[in-house]
Amino acid sequence: MIPELGQLALILALALALVQATLPITGATRGIPAFVALARPVAQGQLIFVAATFGCLAWSFYVNDFSVLTVANNSNSALPVHYRLAATWGSHEGSLLLWVLMLSVWMVAVLVFSRSLPEEMVARILGVMGAISVGFLSFMLLTSNPFERLLPAAPDGRDLNPLLQDPGMVFHPPMLYMGYVGFSVAFAFAIAALLDGRLDATWARWSRPWTTAAWIFLTLGIALGSWWAYYELGWGGWWFWDPVENASFMPWLAGTALIHSLAVTEKRGAFKSWTVLLAILAFSLSLLGTFLVRSGVLTSVHAFATDPRRGVFILAFLALVIGGSLTLYAWRMKKVAPGGRFELLSRESMLLANSVLMLVACAAVMLGTLYPLFLDALGLGKISVGPPYFESVFAPLMAPAVLLAALGPLVAWRKGDAAELAKRMRWAAVAALVLSLFAPLLFGRWALLTTFGLFLSFWIFAGVFAALLARYRTRVKPTSAFAGMLLAHAGVGVFILGVTLVKSYEAERDVQLAPGGTAELGGYVFRFEGVQEVRGPNYQAARGTFIVTRDGKPVARMEPEKRIYRVQKNAMTEAAIDSGLTRDLYVSLGEPVANGNAWTAKLQVKPFVDWIWGGCLLMALGGLLAAADRRYRVPVRRREVPPPADATVIRREPA
Amino acid sequence: MTRFLWPLAIFLVVVGFLYVGLGLNPREVPSPLVGRPVPAFELPLLEQPDKRFVPADMKGKVWLLNVWASWCVTCREEHPLLVDLANKKTLPILGLNYKDKRDEAKAWLKRFGNPYEFSVVDADGRIGIDYGVYGVPETYLIDAEGVIRFKHIGALTPVIVEQKLLPLARSFQK
Repeated sequence: MIPELGQLALILALALALVQATLPITGATRGIPAFVALARPVAQGQLIFVAATFGCLAWSFYVNDFSVLTVANNSNSALPVHYRLAATWGSHEGSLLLWVLMLSVWMVAVLVFSRSLPEEMVARILGVMGAISVGFLSFMLLTSNPFERLLPAAPDGRDLNPLLQDPGMVFHPPMLYMGYVGFSVAFAFAIAALLDGRLDATWARWSRPWTTAAWIFLTLGIALGSWWAYYELGWGGWWFWDPVENASFMPWLAGTALIHSLAVTEKRGAFKSWTVLLAILAFSLSLLGTFLVRSGVLTSVHAFATDPRRGVFILAFLALVIGGSLTLYAWRMKKVAPGGRFELLSRESMLLANSVLMLVACAAVMLGTLYPLFLDALGLGKISVGPPYFESVFAPLMAPAVLLAALGPLVAWRKGDAAELAKRMRWAAVAALVLSLFAPLLFGRWALLTTFGLFLSFWIFAGVFAALLARYRTRVKPTSAFAGMLLAHAGVGVFILGVTLVKSYEAERDVQLAPGGTAELGGYVFRFEGVQEVRGPNYQAARGTFIVTRDGKPVARMEPEKRIYRVQKNAMTEAAIDSGLTRDLYVSLGEPVANGNAWTAKLQVKPFVDWIWGGCLLMALGGLLAAADRRYRVPVRRREVPPPADATVIRREPA
Repeated sequence: MTRFLWPLAIFLVVVGFLYVGLGLNPREVPSPLVGRPVPAFELPLLEQPDKRFVPADMKGKVWLLNVWASWCVTCREEHPLLVDLANKKTLPILGLNYKDKRDEAKAWLKRFGNPYEFSVVDADGRIGIDYGVYGVPETYLIDAEGVIRFKHIGALTPVIVEQKLLPLARSFQK
């Protein structure tokens, strides 16, 4: 009964989405107030029905209704309750439902926070989002119905993939999807503005907080995913350049470019066509990510259910949405007037360089991700592109972006002053250089790449410090947007610091230990106490105990496990991690050797690895501060008279 | 003003590729080698470079030939499965270390475990051409007569091993 109610709610949600996608936009174009007024209630209704659908599916998981196919495939009666709930979105069908739920949440958020927007604008925005919703709802109903029955019911379920049975996995997909789907708001704003034909600073100001909000969720989602991979996959890696990871990283890069480009469009009215293109791209890449993950065109450790019909459907939808918006873009952009002028050294050009670098990096990641597919499609063989490609291409593209990130906030709009910039950065730059030259000696080993990485990090801190100092001297109270920007930049610095130190100084050792045996790594002594059999709710495990000491003082007791999940018979390595501010100790249990008298284990010391995620957290916090800026909460009416165009011709500074 | 059309053009090309890609299975490639005798080769062993191996040495046994490399990320994915198979001693597994460096290959085995009776070294990928190696990993099942009975491209999964590989191997072991 409950699944059928869910089914009905899903169909009703689609009906409402169809209304939302058509009537409000027609109303806005033809000037029919009644149609325009439909946008708000219909969007609210959609949220109610989608939430009801989601609730029904979650309920089916909760009560172990194995007559529902999705539940039988992805859950088990022995699965703990919180993972049964997480299994709701661990399945293919459920994850799509989560996608649509997030979309409805964003729609209602737009309604609530956009009271000051003209009704026609709201109608267009919600219309665009409604059209996206139509695509996903019909995709579910036609190819991936979450409420498909399995009759007779299965006696028990096939269990959730053990990799997903983890607290990180409970939060990772919703965060990531909030980010993915959040870009639909920026996209809808851009399309609405294109339809309206008015792309101006007001439009940019409206889109900015939404873009930043989506970016915050995406940043957190990716960081959570990386953290999950680090402790759950058991090898201590934190980023694998796996196609599915790349699928989430590409929209992030495009979104980062968009945030910076929007700043220029809001403040200076420039780069309109570039900003609109980025808004379309960021969301297109989110859709592409969904396609790559859900269609199975690429092989990945995230291997999800694949069905060619699904692939064709999403691709057709992708072609329609992205192709349609790019056509609209090509058609409308011709009419948009260019923005204000600026000089070579100015904040505008810094931000432009940033967004171009981000986009090029994004293109490089996309090339690497899709290259195997391209070759295969051309019949040139099957290959896989690995981390060496991504690392050698990505880092050189990001380094200049990072160098600019420190300078950008110090340069004035329109026309920067090179001498002033040099004066402001002088001492901070020297400090960064000296620190990065000598800091590696603290770790006992000097290497050029380490110094370079540290320099990038300290350089950013130097820039942040100089910007704060400059702002302090002007005695102008810094806005929350300004503080947020600096905090996010500092987050990048912290991130780079973590990556550099862990890449340079991580140590690992494969050992074979009998109970009582010890091994030393990086000044820590690991004593193996032995292995015990442990029974979990739906798995059996061998749990090893290691006592870690340093200079004779106890540091940690670590209990890595080797689990066998009863239903899927998968062996899982649960690493034990002792986290600290300056280092993580990471122990994963291997196999029994010597007739079970000894075990192999992998010991790792990872200096500053938590700073990687700490940096991401700071970036997200910075985004939060920026999005919460007061000026976004003050209603802005569109100025009917365009701001006076800046007539100055670009003057180049003598070289 | 055609510059605004560029994004659309690029997108259409990508969509074309994605469409063709949908019709392809990234994991399954028909092999003309199935049912044929193993291509002959003579290669040095990874651990003892002075010893050489020819497939005829395995005559009378049903065995697996697994193509691997230390640079191959997917190999890591299937590796625990191979180690597990080796521990159960169901059938001998031989490694073909493909376009790899000897030290790195050895270090990799030390790190992730060595399921192979031994590995042979195909440093420049010459033998890979005879076998039609598309990508690493690949796995071949070879019967007692030295005929290839099954080929799998990409990482082995528990399902493939349980439902295809092992039943086939058992049928030839009799």
